[in-house]
Amino acid sequence: MSEQKKSFLIINRCAPYGSSNARDALDVALTVSVFEQPLSLLFLDDGVLQLLPDHNPADIAQKNLSANLAMLEMYDIDQIFVCEKALQQRGLTSESLGLKARTLNATEIADLVRKHDQVLSF
Amino acid sequence: MTLHTLNKTPHESNALQDCLAALSDDDALLLIENGVYCAMPAHAELFTRLPGGVQCYLLQADVQARGLNDLNPEFRGIDYDDFVTLSCRYEKVVSWF
Amino acid sequence: MSNIIVAGKQIELDPEGYLRELSDWSSDVAEYIAQQEGIELTAEHWEILEVLRNFYQQFEMSPAMRPLVKAVTRSLGPDKGKSIYLMSLFPGSPPKLASKIAGLPKPTNCL
Repeated sequence: MSEQKKSFLIINRCAPYGSSNARDALDVALTVSVFEQPLSLLFLDDGVLQLLPDHNPADIAQKNLSANLAMLEMYDIDQIFVCEKALQQRGLTSESLGLKARTLNATEIADLVRKHDQVLSF
Repeated sequence: MTLHTLNKTPHESNALQDCLAALSDDDALLLIENGVYCAMPAHAELFTRLPGGVQCYLLQADVQARGLNDLNPEFRGIDYDDFVTLSCRYEKVVSWF
Repeated sequence: MSNIIVAGKQIELDPEGYLRELSDWSSDVAEYIAQQEGIELTAEHWEILEVLRNFYQQFEMSPAMRPLVKAVTRSLGPDKGKSIYLMSLFPGSPPKLASKIAGLPKPTNCL
């Protein structure tokens, strides 16, 4: 494997379960981390809804995304960012989320996108 | 009388606005899948001017799946059997997606 | 891979030899699968399998190597939380082989 590293930003913009986007993003995040590339996750728009705690999707026969996201820490994925405005629009605060995430304003989000080598959006 | 089902969040598309505009007196509105996010308290304002007699429901399995609590009390939680019953009780079902 | 019969019970496997139904797992099933993989399960194997099953219960996914090492370090200490140690117990790919014996799905995103 080449020693040269690229930094990845994965943007989550969709609510969980209604589509496969959230699962696909998690899949890519875990893969990037297995290749030991620096990785950040950014939750925008409806993507912030993925971070609500204590999902229980047994009755809709899907895998528990909040349990899976709790695993990110075991993969040393700790650069997690969330859009301040998206939280506000949905009556949420960073304390109401199941993961520890840093809240960003619009300028900080633009900075985050700029400073990563690769940006993948889901 | 019509049963309207909605499966999108308020921000995902125009489905919610289009659905609200199409409601008539005594219709029913059922939130399913991502539609259940419409019942978060932050969006309660959107449901304050519904036509008369409109009953509001949400599918409990989808609420539970997403870890949602303390939702808009205008919406009553139902299960899949209730969904079938509602579909039969109303003349037609319109899906907003 | 075909199905197996353990303690009189027919158990379905997927084409790669992982259990189709996680609830089919038992210690007898673990012994059986391990034997087919050429492994005699010892106390040292079992404590890793337990860490793995706890991991799955908490996160609902099988871990790749790095998170497995981290979970073993937390449960059993840094001497066992090493990939070399895990390789000695479950040669080749410890996450894949140990998940198979522990009755869990094959880890995705695992090199």
